Amino acid sequence: MTDTTHQDKQAGQDDAGSNPADAFLGHDETLRHAPGPYFGAYGGRWMPESLIAALDELQETFEKAKADPEFTAQVADLNRNYAGRPSLLTEAKRFAEHAGGARIFLKREDLNHTGSHKINNVLGQALLAKRMGKTRVIAETGAGQHGVASATAAALLGLECVVYMGAEDCRRQALNVARMQLLGAEVVPVTNGSQTLKDAINDALRDWVANVDTTHYLLGTAAGAHPFPAMVRYFHEVIGEESREQILEQAGRLPDAVVACVGGGSNAIGIFHGFLDDRSVQLYGFEAGGDGVESGRHAATITLGRPGVLHGARSYLMQDEDGQTMESHSISAGLDYPGVGPEHAYLSDIGRAHYEPITDAEAMEAFQLLCRTEGIIPAIETAHALAGAMKVGRRLTADLAPGEVPSDRIIVVSLSGRGDKDVATAAEYFDLLPDDSAEQEIAQEGEQL
Amino acid sequence: MKTSQTGTSQAGAGYSKAAAAIDRARREGRAALIGYLPAGFPDVQTTIDAGIAMARNGMDLIEIGIPYSDPVMDGRVIQDATVEALNNGFTVSQVFDVVEGITRETDAAVLVMTYWNPVMRLGVREFAGRLAAAGGAGLITPDLIPDEAAEWLEASEEFGLDRVFLVAPSTSPERMQRTVAASRGFVYAVSVMGVTGARTSVGAAARAVVDAAHAAGAERACVGLGVSTAGQVAEIAAYADGVIVGTALVAALRDGGVPAVAALTKELSTGTGKKSA
Ligand SMILES: Cc1ncc(COP(=O)(O)O)c(C=O)c1O
Repeated sequence: MTDTTHQDKQAGQDDAGSNPADAFLGHDETLRHAPGPYFGAYGGRWMPESLIAALDELQETFEKAKADPEFTAQVADLNRNYAGRPSLLTEAKRFAEHAGGARIFLKREDLNHTGSHKINNVLGQALLAKRMGKTRVIAETGAGQHGVASATAAALLGLECVVYMGAEDCRRQALNVARMQLLGAEVVPVTNGSQTLKDAINDALRDWVANVDTTHYLLGTAAGAHPFPAMVRYFHEVIGEESREQILEQAGRLPDAVVACVGGGSNAIGIFHGFLDDRSVQLYGFEAGGDGVESGRHAATITLGRPGVLHGARSYLMQDEDGQTMESHSISAGLDYPGVGPEHAYLSDIGRAHYEPITDAEAMEAFQLLCRTEGIIPAIETAHALAGAMKVGRRLTADLAPGEVPSDRIIVVSLSGRGDKDVATAAEYFDLLPDDSAEQEIAQEGEQL
Repeated sequence: MKTSQTGTSQAGAGYSKAAAAIDRARREGRAALIGYLPAGFPDVQTTIDAGIAMARNGMDLIEIGIPYSDPVMDGRVIQDATVEALNNGFTVSQVFDVVEGITRETDAAVLVMTYWNPVMRLGVREFAGRLAAAGGAGLITPDLIPDEAAEWLEASEEFGLDRVFLVAPSTSPERMQRTVAASRGFVYAVSVMGVTGARTSVGAAARAVVDAAHAAGAERACVGLGVSTAGQVAEIAAYADGVIVGTALVAALRDGGVPAVAALTKELSTGTGKKSA
């Protein structure tokens, strides 16, 4: 039933250290600013005709805005004076001891307003919505992070906001539902299909078809139909640009590796982008391995999926042999998606970036470690990147040349979000709650405080 | 009973089963009636029986939907039916059994309506070959636009299958030209900006879409989305070449089984009207 292998994958995946992308592209050919609609064989517009005019309008508005100094100044101003950018780059010296002794630097997207990288994208898209004269934005959300960010941007810019969220997620994330409502958004519980994030996207698309004149669909990750993957990446490129500048300043050179977690792929593509043309920098994306990829309960889309179309783009996809989308599983709601952005599918195929699964257990170990060694509680999504950084650090320091020391190896980690939302899940996982306490009851429901 | 042979033996270059069915209605001075049901709801044999009942009660073309996990163009009634079909164990290759079961017994042109991923997963050429072998007329593709359809254009030519793309009130004149040119059989004019589901009135936009399609060179434009009564059929039959009914038939099958589908088909067919010659 489950596809556990896919033949479409090309060689070069495990060839860390060399630059297989050079076999596909000239050494000085740039990978940056890929405009879409296609990223190699991926991307495109697998969408109902009814929505093509809206996608065209969005693309045109976006292209014009990028070239308009007034727009770029508006984005820069909101980033600095509202979101709190630039975010810090923090060296994690005690955590690094668990990563083979390589130097680890954390790109602190957790310090942004609303607590994650998501704000970069919602501010940009909400501004575009205003430019198009739309008065209403709709969004999908899993645990509620993108929903909260969207509600925030809508409140700031005076837009009506409706968030689609799986009915089960609404129940488990009652406090994030309340957050969105406090911010003035309407939250619609989705009872269709599997009642998860992918079904929330389906319902948002149905809303969009019916209300496209007044409404912008504020998609939360670098996936979907063109221009979404390239546009969402554009608003997150600031992560990589700042990181590159900051690491050069603090370490005096480029890192050996950049790592990030991958749900749909927005924080990862944002930080990767700054280093795409630095072929000496290895790029690693860590997907949700759930209970383990052999268990079938995971969200390791690139690792185990095969190409298909979902939500408007051709990309890797968790699907059964009939082409039906499979349900994904992860302890982290933000990574629990059976698709992935098309640019990642391309970067994987050409070997420029490498994608590996991290299990729930590995992620939770890294989660706890960061709390205790650095005084930073990360989002559980982010904990997948941290677990990946530990693996990459050990690998990089395993084959040092004579005279080299582990601290000669440098890794930059996208710390995509803070873990306040995950405290109840973590407390339950680590059995920190007294029996029959109110908190335990909440945590067993999966509530995120 | 089959009264004429419309099998693949006649499917020479350019022969379109869907066009032939619409033209047959046109010669009778009326619009064609097109009915949708999802395969495997509640089981494969019922879909075949309901398809045959539709054909024998006045349906000129039949659309068989492939139940899919992420039907973004469908409203609640069809979503619920397709979820039930999947829960009952429907698999994609059974759609060929349904097509064959209906075409063996009737003259109706049978099209498959499908989201694109199941076709891609089986392989576009493989899918096309099996559909043609089952006696199918072609595909209606709600989430495939001609821009992404290179493989399908090739396979449909090879197997003489119809390509029914959608056009909508939001379709630009330039896209209308391209979509009409890429279509084969007919173009599917979406009556409103929205998803499937019965509506009390079919928007005025529908007529504008049909007019634009005709102006762009479409010989046959059929209207779907929201049509559920004979009155609405009559209204649309006045300007369109065919009228497509989905949700109402699915609800009839759900509530009253095959006899209810037969009765609703008969009732709807009173609306296709004699256009004054
Ligand atoms: C903190 C955090 N990191 C990562 C993600 C995953 O999304 P993406 O892959 O688009 O960055 C999410 C999604 O909710 C998130 O909240």
